[in-house]
Amino acid sequence: MLHQPITKNYHDFIIERDPEKCIQCQVCVRQCSYGAHIYNEKDERVTEDETKCVGCHRCEALCPTGALTIRRNPSEFRENALWAPQFIKNIYKQADTGGVLLTGMGNPYPYPVYWDRMVLDASQVTNPSIDPLREPMELRTWLGSKPDAIEVEMKKGRPNLTTNFSPQLQVNYPILFSAMSYGSINLNVHVGLARAAEELGIFYNTGEGGLHQSLYKYGKNTIVQCASGRFGVDSKYLNAGVAIEIKIGQGAKPGIGGHLPGEKIGKEISITRMIPEGSDAISPAPHHDIYSIEDLRQLIYALKEATDYEKPVFVKIAAVHNSAAIASGIARAGADVIAIDGFRGGTGAAPTMIRDNVGIPIELALASVDERLRQEGIRNRVSLLAAGGIRCSADVVKAIALGADAVYIGTAALIAVGCTLCQRCYTGKCPWGIATNDPYLAKRINPDIAHRRLANLVRAWGHEIQEMLGGMGLNAIESLRGNREKLRGVGLNEVELNILGIKHAGA
Amino acid sequence: MKKVYAREDVCIGCRLCEIACIVEHSISKDIIRAFKQEEKRPARNVVEECGPVSFSVHCRHCDEPPCVQVCISGAMVKDPRTGRVRNIPEKCVGCWSCVMACPYGVIKRDTNQGKVIKCDLCPDRDLPACVSACPNEALLYEER
Repeated sequence: MLHQPITKNYHDFIIERDPEKCIQCQVCVRQCSYGAHIYNEKDERVTEDETKCVGCHRCEALCPTGALTIRRNPSEFRENALWAPQFIKNIYKQADTGGVLLTGMGNPYPYPVYWDRMVLDASQVTNPSIDPLREPMELRTWLGSKPDAIEVEMKKGRPNLTTNFSPQLQVNYPILFSAMSYGSINLNVHVGLARAAEELGIFYNTGEGGLHQSLYKYGKNTIVQCASGRFGVDSKYLNAGVAIEIKIGQGAKPGIGGHLPGEKIGKEISITRMIPEGSDAISPAPHHDIYSIEDLRQLIYALKEATDYEKPVFVKIAAVHNSAAIASGIARAGADVIAIDGFRGGTGAAPTMIRDNVGIPIELALASVDERLRQEGIRNRVSLLAAGGIRCSADVVKAIALGADAVYIGTAALIAVGCTLCQRCYTGKCPWGIATNDPYLAKRINPDIAHRRLANLVRAWGHEIQEMLGGMGLNAIESLRGNREKLRGVGLNEVELNILGIKHAGA
Repeated sequence: MKKVYAREDVCIGCRLCEIACIVEHSISKDIIRAFKQEEKRPARNVVEECGPVSFSVHCRHCDEPPCVQVCISGAMVKDPRTGRVRNIPEKCVGCWSCVMACPYGVIKRDTNQGKVIKCDLCPDRDLPACVSACPNEALLYEER
């Protein structure tokens, strides 16, 4: 075809194939699920259709001779400070299809990243730092509602705790795997997450897609989620894990529900979600039985009843403008843990406009929620989990210093098993075998490797957190929680410093 | 004895094992030279594929190998010490009897040399080339 539509002209990536190195082995052809590499049998040559390349780098990674390089397409639009290329390309796409733009993973745009504008303290001369290799360093913490005060009575000369505690979750690292449903990611990734959580003594979260029969055995490291679609929820499910999370919102798409298309509801997913094969799995935007804090309280207590008050109930909300007041309501509604998901949080599918324009940064939401709960004297009633854009162990430490009890990692966990953030999760064709249920692609995640890599990641972060704690002269993660004196802002204005509740560096 | 075992549940059908095998048994042992300059030789394993199911089939180094039994020239031998089934190229006459007899279809014809080639479990390596090349740990080299 001589004429090409403009969308094909301005494709995102080019595939450079070094003819000196290419041995025509076709590994790239077999690995690309988008059909960007083509084997021409007549010429016995591999060629490419660059318009199909999504920039996932799978071919590059598997090419045995290093013959491939994926680059940004250097063909440029005429520069325009207002009309950045993504706006132009999006308009082309929508003019073609008339549809809502879809995307995956988290907000990639250059909004301020407050983690990078905060620095940590360290001990010098007047207070000793601690070497975690020589001295005990506690990363363990407990999630759940703590009493306002504890009562102790002396029994035969020994102190005895008489206060009844709400159920508590002991977690060996202040890092949990966040909710990713079976359906959005496949069973192999879930198995990896579950096994890693078991090995580490932490928790993974089922997401709203139910719990596959084969994963019930990891129950003591599982948090089961109850979302607006109520997929896969029955009494056995609620009692299968150690905690229940009510999902109100998700950082990547606050105010938006979910939609797993019928084509993706195969046999196993249909059984796990408890819906007919081939039917659309639609999670409504709100829970249709929750229109107020009082309604939320009803669900929290219904779930507590269903589990004999043995399991803490989490409530997860997206970080939005009014998070602090909402969190206060959630704490008063009887939740044991509040998870706040910032606007950088990932997703398997979301409308692009929502992902990129709705919600607020987790750093600000977390600081304001923690501050509000303290002011109201109810911070002890809930544990706080920060989620959405935790990239490294320093982010974890900063989140805890801002007031979190622990963090959720989702994107980081997926990157550990191969994700390259190509943002095409919604196509179901993930060439890395993560966000796909196609049996041919899903095999690319070997649960044994996923387990090992996830456990390695959390252990590595654990070592680094210990080093940072020791440097600050602390010997327990719980001594850092809400300890904002350990943070200083760099290049932040007065308003931002006030919300974060930290001083500027030098002050 | 240690053999190569395939895990079909995690084999992704990339065929890097076949490529690694060709390189290991090439003259140069250099991937680009092996493919671009040397005579083409088949890999000594076969990746079988049908839809999402795939796995690499390797010589099983059978206890009573049919290939050894049918060999007319004494080229195919089972080493009593290592248990490995080996083809001695100097003796092989290219009658392809062993190719016909192998129940796994893993003895290949090298039509340039007029001799058969088969898996030798990479005697120069600790881990056979195919096993170390597998990106998804779908090949295991172990005693069972």
